Amino acid sequence: MAKTSQLPQKSRLLSLGCLALVSALALTGCGGSKVGSDTAAANTSSCVKTDGDTIKIGFLNSRSGTMAISENTVYAALAMAKDEINAAGGVNGKQLEVVAEDGASEPTIFAEKAQKLISSDCVAAVFGGWTSASRKAMLPVFEGANSLLYYPVQYEGLEASKNIFYTGATTNQQIIPALDYLKEKGVKSLFLVGSDYVFPRTANKEIKAYADANGIEIKGEEYTPLGSTDFATIVNKVKGAKADAVFNTLNGDSNVAFFKEYTNAGLKAATMPVVSVSIAEEEVQGIGAANLKDQLTAWNYYQTLDTPVNKKFVSDFKAKYGADRVTSDPMEAAYTSLYLWKATAEKAKSFAVPDIQAAAGGVSFEAPEGTVTINGDNHHIAKTALIGQIQPDGLIKTIWSSDQAIEPDPFLKTYPWAAGLGG
Amino acid sequence: MIGYLKGPGRVWVGLALGAVVLFVLAPSVLSDFRLMLLGKYLCFAMVAVGIGLAWGRGGMLVLGQGVFFGLGAYLMAMHLKLSDAGPGKAPDFMLLYGSGVVPFWWEPFRSPVVTLVAILLLPAAIATVLGLAIFRRRVKGAYFAILSQALAAAFAILLIGQQTTTGGTNGLNGFRGFLGYNLFDPVNKQLIFSIAAAVLLAMLLLTWHLYRSRYGELLVAVRDQEERVRFLGYNPANIKLVAYAIAAAMAGVAGALFVPIAGIISPADVGVVPSIAFIIGVAIGGRNTLLGPVLGTILVAYAQTTLSEQFPGFWTYFQGALLILVIAFLPGGLASLWTVVKRGRRPGPPSAAPMAAAAADPALASEQKVSI
Repeated sequence: MAKTSQLPQKSRLLSLGCLALVSALALTGCGGSKVGSDTAAANTSSCVKTDGDTIKIGFLNSRSGTMAISENTVYAALAMAKDEINAAGGVNGKQLEVVAEDGASEPTIFAEKAQKLISSDCVAAVFGGWTSASRKAMLPVFEGANSLLYYPVQYEGLEASKNIFYTGATTNQQIIPALDYLKEKGVKSLFLVGSDYVFPRTANKEIKAYADANGIEIKGEEYTPLGSTDFATIVNKVKGAKADAVFNTLNGDSNVAFFKEYTNAGLKAATMPVVSVSIAEEEVQGIGAANLKDQLTAWNYYQTLDTPVNKKFVSDFKAKYGADRVTSDPMEAAYTSLYLWKATAEKAKSFAVPDIQAAAGGVSFEAPEGTVTINGDNHHIAKTALIGQIQPDGLIKTIWSSDQAIEPDPFLKTYPWAAGLGG
Repeated sequence: MIGYLKGPGRVWVGLALGAVVLFVLAPSVLSDFRLMLLGKYLCFAMVAVGIGLAWGRGGMLVLGQGVFFGLGAYLMAMHLKLSDAGPGKAPDFMLLYGSGVVPFWWEPFRSPVVTLVAILLLPAAIATVLGLAIFRRRVKGAYFAILSQALAAAFAILLIGQQTTTGGTNGLNGFRGFLGYNLFDPVNKQLIFSIAAAVLLAMLLLTWHLYRSRYGELLVAVRDQEERVRFLGYNPANIKLVAYAIAAAMAGVAGALFVPIAGIISPADVGVVPSIAFIIGVAIGGRNTLLGPVLGTILVAYAQTTLSEQFPGFWTYFQGALLILVIAFLPGGLASLWTVVKRGRRPGPPSAAPMAAAAADPALASEQKVSI
């Protein structure tokens, strides 16, 4: 059945000719052009159009893949902020025109789409990203093109870029206050449970340094792959370790399995509370409030905050997307990020990146979480830390507050115990 | 129109057209961003050429080419990270997450020469060792496919677990230069694109010669009747091994070129899902042909970009539907469309042209059982 084909004599000659042709073409492809320019950023001229009635901005969220469930809510909050701003006259007199892209829960796609938004769509700023991997993937793109990213999610710190504004909490506004709270409550030992990726590993490194300096014993440290749902072994270890509290940095679906197993094992918030830093109102709905009764969370915003600005934010959101929807910290931070960009652009009277960077320091906004202010040095924002307790209705009640906004300190320079953590 | 040309002439026309499109047309009409996207597709297409050889001609359903793609990519990324850090210094992420000490197995890749040699040899060497173990034991068909896929899963999990030395889920990114050239300079971007295009064309040329050589005939014979080839005195394990190793080397080179073009490599680019995505492009294009896998892969990648820009989240359904349609109604892939249409109009024995006939070849029927 094998086919026979005679190799014609002249074919060898032809193939040599083709090889020569290909190499010649390859050479002309690059010949005559200078390579090896030394300037750090040769391609930083911006193509943003500012002469029309509109200004383009980009929303880059995972609309597909495992992160879609979380990032769709951020997209919804951004879209709401855009509609509000446009209804109120836009920014610097220009209506916002949004180009939305899907990051597909993959770092490589985030990098590609960020590049597209900057160089093809010529947006003035991009809003989005959730996982640390997506932020790390986008960072060189924004720095290379000298464009702006507004990143709305709490993260592990140890980063600051002049091209990124971090509107979620850094560790000293979320994790360290949570540890302060536990210490205040007399917690002497901790068990660390996390997903196996950058945020939990870095956060736990910081928690261990804090514990070391404050006489808290770490009874165990366990990681599971992202998306893992088998927690029988880990919960057994937690039960056996008899720590005073569990610090939970699991992300996504894993939380559902973990808390079901935790409840099944007879562990309760009253005897061994779990402090979570990735579970907000949206996730509580998915895990089921019954499995999370009285467990603790650390954030900077809860839907239950009793301020006029937040009441309006929550009711507007429900009016736009449905009465059963909840609002959460990352959504609020995303909503706030668009308003902070607007305030900065109006202060600078410009959309140009250097002008925004120069004007950003001290810009503040009456956000649903309270007054937030941009730190001009590290591009993070000052936020109030709130410890919350999960209620039977799935909402989270504030039980402890840092009372005033904490200045962002992404590299933990003001904490002596954190010396040598890197960065 | 191409269909009227017979045999070798058709491939020459295809390659020449490809060269004109890639070296002349693409750089002049596409923006830098789109050109780099096309560069990414070309890297995927290189993997596809190898899969065409191993699967289309060799009957080995290689579901784990992400491993070799990843190996090449990580080797290149390690070198770029080290050269960005400077002599004797550690890459930024190691200072952030690890001890700041460069592990011993990173050190050799400070040298560009060692890196390039490793990219060419390491994937092929690993494939050879694996292949020896697998093919000698006459593991084939679905068992081989599952094994290769498990390998891709294990590789991705290994990378994620070693955050301090591989960057974990973040992968490696933030490269500033490529062998001394600034990666943000548009001129250098075009240069890298030209290199990728030239490498792809060279791979096609090499594969075409393989297909027409004595070895190519043997490979097809092993695919269709392995026992009969054995009785003729050949060792089918060695014949398959060569195709598997070449496919691995091609995937490795593709990965190495992908890194400076995409600017990032992460476990999400090397695991099970991307490995299957490579196969989908090849199946849709037509695995038995020379250009089918390349065009299929570029088409699928292009469709993915375009559709995900238009309908976020909807793309995966389209991809799945296309694969089902092709497997159900066009087992030879889109490349066989012409033959099928022609046959529909003029019933009779299929043409004997080596490239086009494969889809109509009765031998394929026996191969179907093994590969799908």
